[in-house]
Amino acid sequence: MSNIVVFVEQEGGNLRQASLEALGAAHQAGATAVAVLCGDGAQAAAAKLTAQGVSAAICLDGPGTHSPDALSKALADIVQAQSASGFLAPATSRGRDLAPRVAAHLDCVLFSDVTGFAANGGGFEVTRPWLAGKAIATLTTSGAVLCATTRLNTFPIAGGGAAPTVTSQTLNDAGKARVTGVEAKGQAKLDVTEAPVVVSGGRGLKEPEGFQIIEDLAAAFGDAAVGASRAVVDLGWRPHSEQVGQTGKTVAPKLYIAVGISGAIQHLAGMRTSGTIVAINKDPEAPIFKVADYGIVGDAFEIVPALTAEIKAIKAKH
Amino acid sequence: MNIVACVKRVPNTEAVAEISADGKGLDAKNFQYIASFYDEIAVEQAVQTKEALGGEVIVLSLGSAAGSKEIRESMAKGADKAVLLVDEEWQSRDCRATAKALACQLSELKADVVFMGKVATDRDNGAVGPMAATFLGYACVTDVVALELTATGGTAKRETEAGIETVEFSLPAVITCNKGLNEPRYAGLKGIMAAKKKPLDEVQVEVIANQAQVVRASLPAPRKEGRILGEGVAAVPALIQALQTETTLL
Ligand SMILES: Cc1cc2nc3c(=O)[nH]c(=O)nc-3n(C[C@H](O)[C@H](O)[C@H](O)COP(=O)(O)OP(=O)(O)OC[C@H]3O[C@@H](n4cnc5c(N)ncnc54)[C@H](O)[C@@H]3O)c2cc1C
Repeated sequence: MSNIVVFVEQEGGNLRQASLEALGAAHQAGATAVAVLCGDGAQAAAAKLTAQGVSAAICLDGPGTHSPDALSKALADIVQAQSASGFLAPATSRGRDLAPRVAAHLDCVLFSDVTGFAANGGGFEVTRPWLAGKAIATLTTSGAVLCATTRLNTFPIAGGGAAPTVTSQTLNDAGKARVTGVEAKGQAKLDVTEAPVVVSGGRGLKEPEGFQIIEDLAAAFGDAAVGASRAVVDLGWRPHSEQVGQTGKTVAPKLYIAVGISGAIQHLAGMRTSGTIVAINKDPEAPIFKVADYGIVGDAFEIVPALTAEIKAIKAKH
Repeated sequence: MNIVACVKRVPNTEAVAEISADGKGLDAKNFQYIASFYDEIAVEQAVQTKEALGGEVIVLSLGSAAGSKEIRESMAKGADKAVLLVDEEWQSRDCRATAKALACQLSELKADVVFMGKVATDRDNGAVGPMAATFLGYACVTDVVALELTATGGTAKRETEAGIETVEFSLPAVITCNKGLNEPRYAGLKGIMAAKKKPLDEVQVEVIANQAQVVRASLPAPRKEGRILGEGVAAVPALIQALQTETTLL
């Protein structure tokens, strides 16, 4: 059976959902996975790894874990030591930063943000978007190791496996670049790429304060993130980290609610693979309705608070 | 300081995808091209770096000879000269092949700091910057939204899901630029005139073969026909019912 090294992110001993999805992709392709974790809490997180198909976990510590160049070199060395035929990382900011370097150390090509991962002959094939999802390509590699990052909210998590054997390694090389700090944005806030529900607002909200109804609807769901169109990011109403679209983030939540967003081609490119799409817009001709599963025509300032109240009532019953 | 900004020619964001006759690529015949969105931020950062620390800004591109249009635009915004690695297959080169060709030229240019976009808006790999840095043994910081640079190193802030991360690095380095790092300037008439006289070196290169092999390319399945549930607040109960029956969220 083929062996894949998977970079598994953890935070304070808790496994990140996106990494469990990457392990799910490896399992789906019939491979066994060697999980690599790093940082404070890696041992505790490794003990919680009961994803199917994980044969071993390697916990990295030492100064090199704070350096993307030192860490990526260590990951490439592990891929070689394990004679792995694949390397996967979730397409998080960390995964997207490390994976190209790991691939370069292995002299292999990288496939970013893949939405499909499967066995093909003795190797693997991936599916990934081109032109922000306007086309889709299935690819293989002639390189020795298939390296890829997996799109968030796309691969199923396969739980119920046995706990892996855990070993550890210390990275003493401090590297050429070092992370010296993180300014946390408050733990309650999920990123638009990670959240199962994204409520996005556009210019139809009229002013920055108009986003209060978007924040309230997201809060009613609980595990929702607030997204934005480029128009309102350029106006300075919302931060770029919330922008959905071709020059923002590509998201694939279970539910995407677009409020006061017209649905320009660049916006659609970033959200059209979402599970269910809801559009609320006062213009019945708005292009967003062409991709929406459900639409309501009318004033967002009347509709959204009513929707929020209904959702709060349902959540209160559970 | 030798400052390099890498620029890629990509189809504009209005481009409509059609699959090529062999079923393995995109039909380029209706594409209109622009410099990739984030590369414009890279060019601006290179020019600002020169204004602050001195040196020379070189634009580097791997692409078609026709791509000199985007390169002249970058020079109109303040870059001093340019190198175009001429490769008519640039659109189908994989990230490893592109990164190797660029790395080779960056080493020849003795680049101290290299600015690239965080991702090119055609293949969206975001891999060429960190790969080229790795091939060269340079430091690299990706997705940068704020930067302080000295003659020997710097401090960058990058955007992550958890918040803004601070990274210290030494030069030489590759920095990939995210929106927010700066506001790209417009080229003035004077700049456009001056750019016509700036040196643009066209270099023929042999690019290594791709490892990536396209099995097939296709257009995404259209989403199933949606429904307008109604107008105004009166339609909210119908939406709640639809979400309860068709998702597991409520
Ligand atoms: C190179 C390039 C890259 C781009 N990248 C992106 C990207 O990444 N993401 C992105 O989103 N865009 C992007 N765009 C911009 C895109 O073309 C659109 O301009 C933008 O998405 C429009 O934002 P909007 O829908 O908020 O605003 P508008 O198009 O102005 O739409 C506002 C909508 O609100 C509705 N509305 C108004 N009032 C109400 C009300 N009271 N209740 C309900 N509805 C109301 C209107 O009917 C309208 O449909 C890009 C453009 C370019 C050129």
